[in-house]
Amino acid sequence: MKDLVEIRWHGRGGQGAKTAALLLADVAFSTGLYVQGFPEYGPERMGAPITAYNRLSANKIRVHSNIYDPDYVVVVDETLLESVDVTKGLKEDGAIIINTSQRKESLIPLLNGYKGGVYTIDARKISITALGKYFPNSPMLAAIVKVSGVMDDETFLEEMRKSYAHKFASKPEVIEGNMMALSLALEEVR
Amino acid sequence: MASDISKLGLDVKWQDLTLGCTIVGSSTAEEFNTGEWRIDTPKFLKDKCKQCLLCAPACPDSAIPVVNGRRLDFDLDHCKGCGICEKACPFDAILMFKGVK
Amino acid sequence: MAIKERLSGNEAVATAMRQINPDVMPAYPITPSTEIPQYFTSYVSNGQVDTVFIPVESEHSAMSACIGSEAAGARTITATSSCGLALMWEVLNVAASDRLPICLSLVCRALSGPININCDHSDAMGARNTGWIQIFAENNQEAYDNMVQAYRIAEHKDVMLPIMVCQDGFITSHAVENIELLEDDVVKNFVGEYEPDHYLLKDDESIAYGPYAVTNYVMEARRAQLEGLRNAKKVTLEVAKEFEAISGRSYGFFEEYRLEDADLAMVIIGSAAGTAKDAVDALRDHGIKAGILKIRLFRPFPSEEIAEALKNVKYLAIMDRCEDFNGSCGPLGAEVRTALYNKNLHPAVINYCYGLGGRDVTVESLTSVFRDLQKIQETGNNGEFYRYLSVRE
Repeated sequence: MKDLVEIRWHGRGGQGAKTAALLLADVAFSTGLYVQGFPEYGPERMGAPITAYNRLSANKIRVHSNIYDPDYVVVVDETLLESVDVTKGLKEDGAIIINTSQRKESLIPLLNGYKGGVYTIDARKISITALGKYFPNSPMLAAIVKVSGVMDDETFLEEMRKSYAHKFASKPEVIEGNMMALSLALEEVR
Repeated sequence: MASDISKLGLDVKWQDLTLGCTIVGSSTAEEFNTGEWRIDTPKFLKDKCKQCLLCAPACPDSAIPVVNGRRLDFDLDHCKGCGICEKACPFDAILMFKGVK
Repeated sequence: MAIKERLSGNEAVATAMRQINPDVMPAYPITPSTEIPQYFTSYVSNGQVDTVFIPVESEHSAMSACIGSEAAGARTITATSSCGLALMWEVLNVAASDRLPICLSLVCRALSGPININCDHSDAMGARNTGWIQIFAENNQEAYDNMVQAYRIAEHKDVMLPIMVCQDGFITSHAVENIELLEDDVVKNFVGEYEPDHYLLKDDESIAYGPYAVTNYVMEARRAQLEGLRNAKKVTLEVAKEFEAISGRSYGFFEEYRLEDADLAMVIIGSAAGTAKDAVDALRDHGIKAGILKIRLFRPFPSEEIAEALKNVKYLAIMDRCEDFNGSCGPLGAEVRTALYNKNLHPAVINYCYGLGGRDVTVESLTSVFRDLQKIQETGNNGEFYRYLSVRE
């Protein structure tokens, strides 16, 4: 992992991109990293494009600006590819991860000539398989962990199990489904 | 010091003001000689007074002391000379005089 | 034992409030401070605190209730932002002149208009002359630490003034970052019980608050109030020293970052100071002697100490996160210049208005400020004294 990993999330209001960024900060924190997780706030409502950010580092993080040259971009909603310049500033040695059921070749024309890594994951399929409902958060979180390598799979799954056990203390029945979504996503992102 | 009101007055220094100008204690108005504002002055005619005590509650400034059920002479440190007591008295035991006495 | 956590600035402040366990919290919600009463009311509902929460119908009422509650002898807290603070303005002055050590968590947000929910310091700066102590944070850790120290400063017998604990809206209030918390009992012991000498509900004693002052008293009253505010300097340092003993984190009036041998320096408040430190490190790597003075205590203004810290600086940029509509400078610009003038120090000074309404402040934009100082160094020409940073024109 680099000294500082910067991640930008693109989603639509209500899809949980902000929550996913905060979850990533959470799990990275539990592995001993310094973290930042923050959304860009405005008057956005359900369905409007929103942006959230993560900084992850082995060192204390002091900077408090948005992220303009991210190492990674996560696109939670592929319909944003047509309206938002999601690869803007994205480092060529980094990568973009897109939630889609399409093959990545068909999306590349929408990436403004981006030369770095392009990864896709069908978070909908995974979520429906594992949870029976569409919550793209968990699969996207696993995908960015896998692609960025900010922690290994085992540590990630172990920490997420603890986190879910705490978060879903009152409905433990959803823990296994979420864990399954994470495992599937770790395997299927490509 | 923070609650000592004894130094308050027109010449008080800022160091001697109470904290936030608060006033600790009750009935502190008694320490303020408002009687000096008086223009007219009542006179208590003890011989005519039947101690009916209608005058005391009528006084807006509590300037008619009542002790053991009997009114005493006026408290001229607080009487402002309004004359309400004279009108309240059924026995002409209070007379108002012009000026400060 | 420090507790390592990751919390947003609002969570951090709410946590400190829970640990302080104040007696009363009147509050009215406003973005971006809403989460603070929101978290806090859950502590009330869950029985984690003994606090009486008073829902009110406006911020004016919130501060009025704070005044009544504090005068009654209860340790009182509230939180607000932006227009909420503006609506409190009338009574903020009363809280200070009545010498009531209320604590207000201010999550800084632009004042309208145009209406906007994001960070700048126009709310805090608008209330800078209401007699409150004002203390600012760079990040969630400082917001937490300042909150833990707040009552010790405000309630000190030589001070007895309300305190505003400020952090940057969204930038720190809604950003999750690492933080070290103190244990509940450590905070409880540090803050202690509030034991005022006099208060409305004290047995066998009467007290009147806020009596009318005739002309003859007002100047003396103000002068006495000023003394309390001035005393807050000494107390702030004493409390910081004690806080360091329990936390290992040291605080003063301001933080000097690589300032000792700096030729070029920036005076700045709040979250952008962290970003500025990254800018300074990069400039230092290129042999440029840059430094930062980050204000923590803004009221009372540590004028002499700031001048002393800046005495060797040759080129100075003063950063104001609000437009003061003065025409020639911002509030920090005016006050730092006054501090320098009083000490007969005359570096080249430029004053920037920056970061209004959440305009992002980046390492690059703050580096450009140092570049502007270098330009003055090279040309000897000060240029515009008052400038806007990152404005489209």
